[in-house]
Amino acid sequence: MNYLFDPRHWTGADGIPTLIGEHLLYSLIALAIAAVIAVPLGIYIGVTGKGVFLIAGLANALRALPSVGLLILLVLLISPAFPSKMGYILPSLIVLVLLAVPPILTNTYAGVRAVDAAAVDAARGMGFRTMKILTDVQLPCSLPLVLSGVRSALLQIISTATIAAYISLGGLGRLLIDGKAQNDYSQMVAGAVLVALLALFFDQLLAFITRRVVSPGLTRRTIKSASIAEPAKTPVTV
Amino acid sequence: MNIEWLGRQFDTIVFLLGWHVLLTVIPLILGLLIALPLGWWAHRSRRIYPLLVGVAGLLYTVPSLALFVLLPLVLGTKILDPLNIVAALTIYTVALLVRVVADALESVPEDTVQAAKAMGYRSWQSLLKVELPVGVPVISAGLRVAAVSNVSLVSVAALLGIPQLGSLFTQGFQLRFFTPIIAGILLCVILAMILDGLIILLNRWLTPWTPKVVAS
Repeated sequence: MNYLFDPRHWTGADGIPTLIGEHLLYSLIALAIAAVIAVPLGIYIGVTGKGVFLIAGLANALRALPSVGLLILLVLLISPAFPSKMGYILPSLIVLVLLAVPPILTNTYAGVRAVDAAAVDAARGMGFRTMKILTDVQLPCSLPLVLSGVRSALLQIISTATIAAYISLGGLGRLLIDGKAQNDYSQMVAGAVLVALLALFFDQLLAFITRRVVSPGLTRRTIKSASIAEPAKTPVTV
Repeated sequence: MNIEWLGRQFDTIVFLLGWHVLLTVIPLILGLLIALPLGWWAHRSRRIYPLLVGVAGLLYTVPSLALFVLLPLVLGTKILDPLNIVAALTIYTVALLVRVVADALESVPEDTVQAAKAMGYRSWQSLLKVELPVGVPVISAGLRVAAVSNVSLVSVAALLGIPQLGSLFTQGFQLRFFTPIIAGILLCVILAMILDGLIILLNRWLTPWTPKVVAS
């Protein structure tokens, strides 16, 4: 724990705040790219039913690929073409995006599929156009699953961005890899604790956001606490 | 691909593969053995379920490299001890399977449980001979996910210098040499597919009553 509480490690270009900032920057860029690819694709496959094979096949195949191997392979392939920092930033981002797409894609697909057909029919009966059904009914109803996909994607990204320190990407993984190289276990522990806290924080943040933005009608939260449960308790007066 | 290099390194690669198999399979079995009673407990108690599933979810969020580094503090082991990897992956497997086992037992139709009771099964007999077998497909689906992700997670331990297939990646990186990296990736994927296939077979063998055409 000594490393963590030494004020010298909290300032400067390789200080802990800088490392956290880098870790977040790479993670959020990768998450944004993955979401821009996976959410529209998931909606398209969910609504049209085309390309379902992508969902089952892709998700399993990518899980089996070892991320360390993929990272190193891409660095060796890409870095000769980009002599600057991009030589390792680009491969890292590609791997992070590749790992984040499957959970968002499968969950968006499953979310759109799971929307109650009666709700879609009701909207159509009320004169909603296809686009409006999508934006006002299907998307809000699938939001919980989409967000849970984003949540597991972000955890995957934060975890893998740590590993990418091995191929010299910045971020909290630096403490783990540099600590290993310098035989400085307390530096490694500091990195491990900070990365774990970062992951826990974002996991809880996304859980909180999910509770805030998901319509209460979907989670039955208000129904439980509101009047429906009440009548049983009121005494019967004849 | 440099086939000649692979030939020369054959013994080393087999050694690394052996370690990789051990580090993947032992946590898988330990994790399942721990998750079965915990999942049953979560299934039995409405209060325990959110607690166990919540703790499992929190453990699952801890990044693998961080867990590998933190476990020596808890276990008192050396940083290079393969035991850390076994413990970390067991934790991940348990975290994943507790919920799966609880949901599998939950998925057993109430009629089936009642029928077992009516035929004179005691509750532990019903659990072992009726509820668990009926829940096998759900549990093995969870086990497949755990097996495949364990194969990938084990290779992360190479960054700490613990020998397994991931060592081929770090070696290839240091030598700027593609052959070990590609060999390592291929062996990891093949290992994951073999474990996945074995669990599918085990599932079919344990559930002979299901139709022969099983969608994977």
